[in-house]
Amino acid sequence: MLRRQPTLAIGLVVLLLIVAAGVLAPVWWTGDSQQMRPAERLRPPSAVRWFGSDHFGRDVYTRTLYGARVSLVVGASVALLSLALGTTLGLVIGFYRRLDAVMMRVMDGLMAIPAILLALALMAMMRASVRNVIIALVIPEIPRVVRVVRASVLSLREHTMVEAARALGVRTPRILVRYILPALVAPLLVQATYVCASAILFEAYLSFLGAGTPPHIPSWGNIMAEGKTYVQLAFWIILFPGLFLALTVLAINLVGDGLRDLLKIRG
Amino acid sequence: MLAEVLRRLLATIPVMGVVALAVFALLHVTPGDPAVIIAGDYATTDDIARIRTRLGLDQPFHTQVAIWLGRVVRGDLGTSIFSGLPVSTLIGQRAATTIWLTLFAMLISVGVGVPIGVVAAWRKGSWLDRAVMVFAVSGFSMPTFWLGFILVYVFAITAGWLPVQGYAPLAGGVGSFLSHLILPALTLSVVYMALIARMTRASMLGVLDEDYIRTAFAKGLAPSGVLVRHALKNASLPIVTIIGIGFALLIGGAVVTESVFALPGLGRLTVDAIVRRDYPVIQGVLLVVSGAYVMINLIVDVLYVVLDPRIRY
Repeated sequence: MLRRQPTLAIGLVVLLLIVAAGVLAPVWWTGDSQQMRPAERLRPPSAVRWFGSDHFGRDVYTRTLYGARVSLVVGASVALLSLALGTTLGLVIGFYRRLDAVMMRVMDGLMAIPAILLALALMAMMRASVRNVIIALVIPEIPRVVRVVRASVLSLREHTMVEAARALGVRTPRILVRYILPALVAPLLVQATYVCASAILFEAYLSFLGAGTPPHIPSWGNIMAEGKTYVQLAFWIILFPGLFLALTVLAINLVGDGLRDLLKIRG
Repeated sequence: MLAEVLRRLLATIPVMGVVALAVFALLHVTPGDPAVIIAGDYATTDDIARIRTRLGLDQPFHTQVAIWLGRVVRGDLGTSIFSGLPVSTLIGQRAATTIWLTLFAMLISVGVGVPIGVVAAWRKGSWLDRAVMVFAVSGFSMPTFWLGFILVYVFAITAGWLPVQGYAPLAGGVGSFLSHLILPALTLSVVYMALIARMTRASMLGVLDEDYIRTAFAKGLAPSGVLVRHALKNASLPIVTIIGIGFALLIGGAVVTESVFALPGLGRLTVDAIVRRDYPVIQGVLLVVSGAYVMINLIVDVLYVVLDPRIRY
């Protein structure tokens, strides 16, 4: 299976490496991510400081590895939560015609607000914390999941098996769970990878703009935001976390593309 | 045709209504008192009371909704808490930078994305096609601000060809205007370009299998003519759609790009407003930007009818 899907295989391997880097961060010859060494400020990458040091003399390599934790937690949580909420809403909206017209206008309206601006505005009203970043990123994603689910429900609703079940007297909630939901698993799995990838990017954007993960937790966006001032002196503070960010998002998108081809989903 | 355009225009009203309500509701998503949050950590009771009156938070909820919608309909976006200036004035001052930035990025994305997508589809399976696909996947995964810093490091800091940061208005000369805008526009265009290239390739692949394309090639027409006039024209609907939908990516990316290059646009206005919890400004920007997005997609819908006369609404 993996041999026929090289993109899926490459994506999975890179993703596993990043997960290993984050989960096992203390093992990979890292130090204390917060330890400041004023005498070793803005040192370029070397045998001791692999990714150099920042303006407080903190080890960029250690901070980058720990930063993977925030990104992966945010990516996975946003994907799971927006999928769970979006699927529930989409199933209900798709099956009850009366709700459909009104709710889809609401979803269209929410989707007209660019996701990153909506998330920024939400963060402005909440305290900076990883939990609130997750909330601020789930809200803009829900309408996008609802759309996918509703479209599938609308086509499945007319399917013979659903008609047959209805004729046998199966009730609507049971039809939704037993007949419609299983058919949605494949497209939702693919959707989940894209939501996860964009959530990881958006967390970095929010943190970079100063409205995301609080500064005392090393996240890729935070590290780069702090490195912004020193871009001419110490480019490595931005280079390495950004490289990890780009690779992670790329790996997840490759997994998504691979899954889509494997499961033969259009779109 | 005119009737259709009008009907589409009317259909945007409920969407904008939902946007206006959602932007209003943003103030109330927090469990606490919005006035306390906006006033910040060092506010006195008086400050909080003043903000509460100023934003109308002392009114009953339904009155607040009615006042807000009435103001939005009249185009009154309120005044900034921080500077005391009307939000529409602030947006007016900053809009030009963002419009130029997104316009240039859009031109670059479409100007490069469509041709490489066409070539990739035409030479399907070749190394050219692979290169375009690798670019499409990696470009779409690229963190915009990181790419911006890399371009700055290479072209501005190391090579010294272009300015590192800042903005020069068009009035100050075309040369300096363009030299300040080229790196930000290039940075912003990559994600959008990748999206357009991928959609162009997919849509072209569907059309290139058609019999009339084979006939056109068999007649000995020049490949460029067949690709553009026969194939691209028929493959254009999904491309135009993605250009419209992807515009949201462009606006979102502009916020981050402006921060990297210190451009005084709407993105910077928003980020500054968020740091200062200047909520009327945040709400105003959200409304204006979402309105622009809805209008762009209205234009796309109208383009459908122009591109494919069979489509009727």
